[in-house]
Amino acid sequence: MSGFSRTVWLVLRKDFTVEVRSLEIAYTMLFFAVSCVLIFAFALVQEGRAPEGGAAGILWIAVAFAGTLALGRTFERERQSETLRALLLAPAARPAVYVGKLLGIVALLLAAEMLLVPLVALLFQAPLLAHPVWLALILVTGTIGFAAVGTLFAAMLVRARSRDVLLPVLLYPITVPVIIAGVRATAALLQPEMDAAVIRFWLALLVTFDVVFVTLSLWTFEPLMTD
Amino acid sequence: MKKWFMPAVIVCGLMFAIAPVLIAGAPYESTMGLVQKIFYVHLPSAWTFLLAAIICGVASVRYLFGGAARQDRLAWAAAELVVLFGAITLVTGPLWARKAWGVWWQWDVRLTASLMGWMVAVAYLMLRRYGGPGSDKLAAGLALFGMANVPFIYISVNYWRTIHPTTNVVPTLPTSFGVPLWFSAVSFLLLFVLLLRVRVRLEEQRAKLDAMYLSMDA
Amino acid sequence: MIPAQFDELRVDDVSRHFGRRRALSRITFQAPRGAMLGLLGPNGAGKSTMLALLATLLRPSAGAIRYGDREAAAYGPSLRAAIGVLGHDLFLYPELTARENLEFFAGLYGVASPRDAAAAALQTAGLTERADDPVSSFSRGMRQRLALERALIHTPRLVLLDEPFTGLDDSSAAALSRRLRGLRDAGMITVLATHDLDLAEGLFDRAVFLRDGRMTATVDRPEALRAMYRDIMSRST
Repeated sequence: MSGFSRTVWLVLRKDFTVEVRSLEIAYTMLFFAVSCVLIFAFALVQEGRAPEGGAAGILWIAVAFAGTLALGRTFERERQSETLRALLLAPAARPAVYVGKLLGIVALLLAAEMLLVPLVALLFQAPLLAHPVWLALILVTGTIGFAAVGTLFAAMLVRARSRDVLLPVLLYPITVPVIIAGVRATAALLQPEMDAAVIRFWLALLVTFDVVFVTLSLWTFEPLMTD
Repeated sequence: MKKWFMPAVIVCGLMFAIAPVLIAGAPYESTMGLVQKIFYVHLPSAWTFLLAAIICGVASVRYLFGGAARQDRLAWAAAELVVLFGAITLVTGPLWARKAWGVWWQWDVRLTASLMGWMVAVAYLMLRRYGGPGSDKLAAGLALFGMANVPFIYISVNYWRTIHPTTNVVPTLPTSFGVPLWFSAVSFLLLFVLLLRVRVRLEEQRAKLDAMYLSMDA
Repeated sequence: MIPAQFDELRVDDVSRHFGRRRALSRITFQAPRGAMLGLLGPNGAGKSTMLALLATLLRPSAGAIRYGDREAAAYGPSLRAAIGVLGHDLFLYPELTARENLEFFAGLYGVASPRDAAAAALQTAGLTERADDPVSSFSRGMRQRLALERALIHTPRLVLLDEPFTGLDDSSAAALSRRLRGLRDAGMITVLATHDLDLAEGLFDRAVFLRDGRMTATVDRPEALRAMYRDIMSRST
């Protein structure tokens, strides 16, 4: 294994072990996401009927909100005994640290989505599970895009004051294309006649976004994290 | 201050004094009537907004990878002007749209992209204001990401919906409309340059003062 | 990663400011291999900033820090492989066990056999019995010992210690002093920041006294630290 992938693996495995021991982020994030969905249900479901096409939006809002929470907590944990500093002090490639953290966040979010999807499908009578492969593709590409920007921003904000409020303030305007693409593609999936051309367009956009923003993050991680 | 500055301020003031006369003198557009005149403010401020955003983005990238404090000051000043001219653009736009499209707001590509660009600039300023020491680098990173994001917003919103009048109507406007528009555009550009200069200079002075303070062996 | 090789640490007229706040002004000192250098001063004197500069976490605003004949920028990651840092915040994951912490960092530093290195470090820290307990269950003194071994897991050439005596009882502090003397004999350059003068007595080859970011005195082979400290600090006001 090369140095880069070994570092990625070490960071990922470390985050995984820490999370499995406490399950703090997993539980709080899941509960928060479920609460979000329920609030939307109370706000939007009228006379027992869910609004047309609301399910796609609610799913992605819940993912974005829960994702912000998970990002904030993950890096708060690295700040507690300044372990992020320790990671930066090690001779390991710094972009590898970024990739390790990114994979951890993506895994957490995908786990949350496994619960969110059936919940939204149930509460909003949406046939989300009718095309599981397409849905999985949309969720994975969208989550990577959101987490790619989010991991970089959360990491760089560790050094800043007011980091809790600044993370969503910075993150949401930048991830608008991910949200639009994710919501539109999921909505196209929910049509009575699934519109494959539309979904393919949005998937292409999401993949391009992922590639561009992961590359940019790898490129800027080092200058942003050091003095 | 540089020698050109005061004359330029006077010219700019005169131009802004003359512009309303020219705009009032321009012919009434048949369908839109008086509301069409908002365009003489909206379009120039939108162009200035775009120019400021580009300057902020480029200066930020150069600061992030070059580290010259000059670039950082330029980016900061430009970001404030993005917010200023963006606000003018975003206020005048709906006033026009209400008459032209019958709604205050449309999720059209240019509107949405402008709004998102403006939001990124506001986020940039908030980060600098509340982020504490070291937030200059982080803000530069945000500006870089904001710039990279523009094509994605364009493509995504464009595919979603669009109704904005395309810009290529401008060169074909009759002269009677065109002269006040270009005059107004030059006025806005001049105002932008002056404000940018003042703002950058303020930061330069502040940096100089800091350096003097630090060199003082108290 | 082959660690950088250097025989001397040379701090040359280094200043660091944050905006208008002057954290350090015109600091100059050097330390050869096998030297133990003390940074002494009250809280807020700039000791931690100095260590962060030496650790390459910060860059000087003016002046130069040379590791051997070159500055940090000329080395890249190989320099970080030759530096060990014990921070004030210990750099340990409380959810992980002592062994996991050590093996993780040994891996990050590219140590040939993280498992053996961790076992040896646990032995030295006297924590073999508690190796598989999470760090959150440790007392402050145990954490401190573990954190020190974590900082030394890659046998660095330059060791930077920020208040290593915090939370140690007398016997642990004596053990730490012995360990530090061992590092000196092994040829490491050690820079230790502390305000605990009694425990540091007789440890230093050179003491640099800091106050408000300035050097007030440098003393070789200092003795009767406490009296000296009181004398120097009262002189500088």
